[in-house]
Amino acid sequence: MSVLVYTESDNGTFKKVALEVASYGKAVADQLGTTLTAVTINAKDTSILGNHGVDKVLNVTNSKLETFNANAYAEVIKQAAEKEGTKVIIVSSSADSKYLAPLLAVGLNAGYASNVVEAPSSTSPFTVKRTAFTNKAFNITSIDTDVKLIGLSKNAFGLKEHSASATVEDFSPSIPDNGVHVDAVDKVTGKVTIADAEIVVSGGRGLKGPENWGMLEELAQVLGAATACSKPVSDLGWRPHSEHVGQTGKPVASNLYIAIGISGAIQHLAGINASKVKVVINTDPEAPFFKAADYGVVGDAFEVVPKLTEKLKAFKAQQ
Amino acid sequence: MKILVCISHVPDTTSKINFTEGDTKFDSNGVQFVINPNDEFGLTRAMWFKEKQGANVTVANVGGPETEPTLRKALAIGADAAIRVNTAANDGFQVANELAQVVNDGGYDLVIAGRESIDYNGGMVPGMLAALTNANFVANCIGLEIDGTNANAVREIDGGKETVSTTLPLVIAGQKGLVEESDLRIPNMRGIMMARQKPLTVLEPKGAAEETSSVKFEKPVPKGAVTLVSPDNLDELVNLLHNEAKVI
Ligand SMILES: Cc1cc2nc3c(=O)[nH]c(=O)nc-3n(C[C@H](O)[C@H](O)[C@H](O)COP(=O)(O)OP(=O)(O)OC[C@H]3O[C@@H](n4cnc5c(N)ncnc54)[C@H](O)[C@@H]3O)c2cc1C
Ligand SMILES: Nc1ncnc2c1ncn2[C@@H]1O[C@H](COP(=O)(O)O)[C@@H](O)[C@H]1O
Repeated sequence: MSVLVYTESDNGTFKKVALEVASYGKAVADQLGTTLTAVTINAKDTSILGNHGVDKVLNVTNSKLETFNANAYAEVIKQAAEKEGTKVIIVSSSADSKYLAPLLAVGLNAGYASNVVEAPSSTSPFTVKRTAFTNKAFNITSIDTDVKLIGLSKNAFGLKEHSASATVEDFSPSIPDNGVHVDAVDKVTGKVTIADAEIVVSGGRGLKGPENWGMLEELAQVLGAATACSKPVSDLGWRPHSEHVGQTGKPVASNLYIAIGISGAIQHLAGINASKVKVVINTDPEAPFFKAADYGVVGDAFEVVPKLTEKLKAFKAQQ
Repeated sequence: MKILVCISHVPDTTSKINFTEGDTKFDSNGVQFVINPNDEFGLTRAMWFKEKQGANVTVANVGGPETEPTLRKALAIGADAAIRVNTAANDGFQVANELAQVVNDGGYDLVIAGRESIDYNGGMVPGMLAALTNANFVANCIGLEIDGTNANAVREIDGGKETVSTTLPLVIAGQKGLVEESDLRIPNMRGIMMARQKPLTVLEPKGAAEETSSVKFEKPVPKGAVTLVSPDNLDELVNLLHNEAKVI
């Protein structure tokens, strides 16, 4: 009957979203008066999960699961849920989890709510709050099936600490043959990805040309941030498509989003609104982004950004 | 090759989002509806398969009569036929089930859907449809080639991309990148005229079960005014980000 969370790891180390789903799962387990089980796939050290409320770990180690495969991973989680007799399963909103969740939902006959931002407001009926209309609204959704699947939004619930330790059990589910084979993975290494970043530094057409991105990269480096851009910037080929954020690009749910030379069009804001704190640097005090921002600097990016980078360097040196 | 492109009919990206009936219904008053942007990329890729590989392309929507102009637009862009399953789309599972019936009856080899619809952003229908029809599934698809029954696809992953191979029958969830934005087509007069002659079949729903239901909508709490910092006083910005916002 326990609540089950799928705690994702990357090269054996848990992602932050894994600890978020554990923290969230603990809250749901408390609401339901039950325990929390986590299923892990090829994780190296599971001890940290106890600190975030997990009572029991089902530890899967299998070389067939070395590269992500949605079908196989969904099958592993399904078998874990069946073994535990789980009624509530929680996954994150990482690209991988969003890929496997619909498959898992069908496999378990589970009603699925994605982009959930809060603990259930009621467990009977089972109602959750999720984002809709690309962050322009929320929808209160009730999941009406016996088994329920929740996709938790990134950075919505936060991390909660518990001083406990989890029992670990090896689990060996049967792995299906894959219909989709990964032939090659082309991943930028040593760079913070937009998906994982706590801070995102983003540039728009106000930066005039690709040759001016050096100052953004320097700012991002000082902050340990990922770099991103508005849609026209990627359309013009100034930056790779993978950096395009917004409604039709990547969603951003970072702690801090710094927008430089971006006007703040509705389609841009829709994709970055889930970020906690927004800073805008723009020459035009009338730029719509100022209405959506927490902090603003009306000024020329070419002067403000290098100065801000220096200030931050000094601040970091003091820390 | 028979291709089915799933089209969701969504408010234009600039629409003001409002609700009626005690915040339980979306207020479509004055809202312009369009083909979901992710589906437009998929439809354009389907046109390429039609023109280069002789594929036959059908578009499908689960929805009421109000979605027909959107389907007609897809016909004007070049799809051969359209299907509307005549029921309100209330839940991802229900929609996927209705579409699964269409796919099974029509014997489609390739189903092209979108990463997510920009209204409910569920990102559910394509994966569920693949599971329900026992098809292979590629999400976040930004490139697709078909050769016989073999498919090669490129997928966006966190921090990069992945090349995968698989076989038909296949469902993909496509997005920007599947085709260049400059390749997107606007229906021309000839297309619009031809669309009138093309079949738009209305099917009765099989009455698939719903697994979730919408209770009500909420708007985000309005944001407080922005705190402006002078460009000559950036120490203050660092201070605010550290001590007030606590993000650095
Ligand atoms: C269907 C659809 C989907 C879309 N999806 C997206 C999306 O996902 N993401 C997205 O970003 N856009 C999207 N757009 C485009 C969006 O509408 C805007 O056109 C776009 O976001 C504008 O980009 P920008 O702010 O970089 O450029 P601009 O609007 O040109 O703004 C540039 C800004 O830079 C400022 N500036 C100029 N010089 C300086 C300087 N020296 N220092 C500081 N500031 C300066 C200007 O005051 C201005 O505010 C979409 C549009 C449509 C129709
Ligand atoms: N009512 C619908 N009719 C047809 N296709 C749909 C419908 N709803 C969603 N889809 C398809 O599923 C994709 C993902 O939608 P969603 O799961 O709602 O985010 C869309 O881009 C469409 O391709």
